[in-house]
Amino acid sequence: MSEIKVSCEALRKVEEICGKFNNDPGELISILHETQNTLGYLPEQVQAVIARCLGIPPQKVYGVVTFYSFFSMVPKGKYPVSVCLGTACYVRGSDKVLEEFKRVLGIEVGETTPDGKFSLDCLRCVGACGLAPVATIGEKVYGRLNPSDIKKIVEEFAD
Amino acid sequence: MIIKSPDALESIRREAAKALCIREGSNKESSAEAAGLEKGTPHMQILCCGGTGCKASESAKIVDNFHASLEAHGIADKVDVVVPGCFGFCEKGPIVKIIPDNTFYTAVRPSDVEEIVTSHIIAGAKVERLLYQDPVTGEHISDSKHMNFYRKQLRIALRNCGFINPEDIREYIARDGYKALADSLSRDSLDVLADIKASGLRGRGGAGFPTGVKWEIARKFDAEDKYVVCNADEGDPGAFMDRSIMEGDPNSVIEAMMICGYCINAHHGLIYIRAEYPLAVHRLQIAISQAREYGLLGKNILGSGFDFDIQIRYGAGAFVCGEETALIHSMEGKRGEPTLKPPFPAEAGYFGHPTNVNNVETLANVPIILTKGPQWFASIGTEKSKGTKVFALAGKINNVGLIEVPMGTTLREIIYDIGGGVKNGKKFKAVQTGGPSGGCLTEKHLDIPIDYESLAAAGSMMGSGGMIVMDEDDCMVSVAKFFLEFTVGESCGKCTPCRIGNKRMLEILDRITDGRGKPEDIETLENLAKTIKDTALCGLGQTSPNPVLSTLANFREEYEEHVNDHVCRARKCKSLLTYSIDPSLCKGCSACARGCPAEAISGEVRKPFVINPEKCIRCGMCLSRCKFGAIKVI
Repeated sequence: MSEIKVSCEALRKVEEICGKFNNDPGELISILHETQNTLGYLPEQVQAVIARCLGIPPQKVYGVVTFYSFFSMVPKGKYPVSVCLGTACYVRGSDKVLEEFKRVLGIEVGETTPDGKFSLDCLRCVGACGLAPVATIGEKVYGRLNPSDIKKIVEEFAD
Repeated sequence: MIIKSPDALESIRREAAKALCIREGSNKESSAEAAGLEKGTPHMQILCCGGTGCKASESAKIVDNFHASLEAHGIADKVDVVVPGCFGFCEKGPIVKIIPDNTFYTAVRPSDVEEIVTSHIIAGAKVERLLYQDPVTGEHISDSKHMNFYRKQLRIALRNCGFINPEDIREYIARDGYKALADSLSRDSLDVLADIKASGLRGRGGAGFPTGVKWEIARKFDAEDKYVVCNADEGDPGAFMDRSIMEGDPNSVIEAMMICGYCINAHHGLIYIRAEYPLAVHRLQIAISQAREYGLLGKNILGSGFDFDIQIRYGAGAFVCGEETALIHSMEGKRGEPTLKPPFPAEAGYFGHPTNVNNVETLANVPIILTKGPQWFASIGTEKSKGTKVFALAGKINNVGLIEVPMGTTLREIIYDIGGGVKNGKKFKAVQTGGPSGGCLTEKHLDIPIDYESLAAAGSMMGSGGMIVMDEDDCMVSVAKFFLEFTVGESCGKCTPCRIGNKRMLEILDRITDGRGKPEDIETLENLAKTIKDTALCGLGQTSPNPVLSTLANFREEYEEHVNDHVCRARKCKSLLTYSIDPSLCKGCSACARGCPAEAISGEVRKPFVINPEKCIRCGMCLSRCKFGAIKVI
């Protein structure tokens, strides 16, 4: 993890974000949200900068980043795939959809394909339960999925 | 424009109501005849659902197409396109409603827009094929009021969802919005609080604590800074009522928070919302900025001298943050770990200040209780549970959607009358209420009137209102395992019973569903579950064994079959299955072999194929591809 190097410019942006929230430790979660929106992920180096700006120990920041599933310490793929494992999707077979995504992409949950194109995650309920089982790729929602559809869907993203 | 007095609010209401009256009229009475511009209807409205579910089915594109088509036909000035929140009938989304004849179109595609405009809007002829078709009678139903899905519902918390444009505060005001606030500010806050108490409203987030009592306690703690928090961290997977309310009627939540602030002498409001709900966040932001613009948030509201403002705080994906102490820590920028109560948040909450936390649906009930009176609200429901409850009906059911029914409605009415029964004519097996903290109820519970007490007595709980229907193909041991996987993943790790106990239970369930169950496993599970229930720190831990306990109570034989006979009757547990091909039925079409991801099927075309059990990964792909029913699963 520590091998990931972030550009100086990115680190300056992080300082700017902290400043926008008055370097207030109470705003840590909002700062992390905005930083992740800007950089795409929250590597250790970035966390250290945030900790310094807010005047809190880096392990506090790390503790918060790792506590919440929304925050990620690894870069996501160009097309992040999320399979809904909410209850409604589960009883309509989302476990099989997830297995098929793992097989087609050749990665496990939380990983990114070596070419950086796809990453695979699970999420709990996008609220489109009428379309269960559901997966999202980027912003697009795919509903009423069958494992046999997955290969074709992934191929849609061939550049 | 700042509204400076209740009278000024009333005059805005009268003005805004004019724009809404065509919709109000068609809501009350609808004609079988379609309206149409050529038939002389002067003005029409198209309501196109803008909820998350319908947006996922391209409803935004439908809206664009309507605008383009109306423009092309030169009738854009005669027809309004309105984007309200969720209609609730998500199964058949996207929903499009035509006013004034109240025609309810279902499963509309962007390509259907042109036909709706030329045939219905212009010529006044309904597009029959897009009308809802009753699955029993086959009859096409044009007005949603006559659909079984809506007939038994009573929409109080959802009163404005699917009706008003949530991005226009004037439409909310037109429907008596902020009237309850205006009235409250002219009364003694103790009287307002007494009304909330008298209504019998209880917390809709799960535990059912009386809202009025909660406010009364919060009122007692005097401090300069006090906080009203709206808990919009709807973490229960499969429940989406809070999101729909925020997307469809955000102002009702804002108004209720202010009324609460007035009752407990608080001037700060915080809404804690999941980051997974971008649309709800967007609509809340719009509602807050419009309320500020109208002077309904800020200093000296409606000339009363009362100040109140609201800020939004974001969650970051942690189920435990629905627990109020964890939620408060998360708002303070910390890990969302719960702490022991007392002190209760009412005494020392957000950064040590007295804090009152209410759930979204609870708050949405508050304004209408005050405008219609506590007696009206108390007359709905059962003896101890007043009013209505919103449920997110999902799973193996024909009509997936968001429904609201009076407390005391039976599960049978919900599942069969409103929900239209189990999907694909399968046999009903269980319904899960209360999400990961709740339990599974069975056939024998179908006729109990639902309220907080009766669900708890049946071994489940009201929870936030998720209701997942399961059929004969669902394995109850796997379902219990699914919920436990969720709890293990979401456990914050602070207390031992939850962190380690649940993990041990999950290991046992893993073993059982993998065919390696030991005879003593069932008893160990039961013991562990009871211990965790008694000893865990917070609500998440204490309720986490419920799915296991309730499935053990109602489906013990399934556990025993898994352990003793290595049989999964629902054929869900892969390790307990064997796939084979019946040579007498196989036509040798090779569809199974081509679809098999493990290349475990071989054979010659037009001769029976065979499955190599060593290679078979039991994914079921062959089963779904075979058109001749030749794949056997034992």
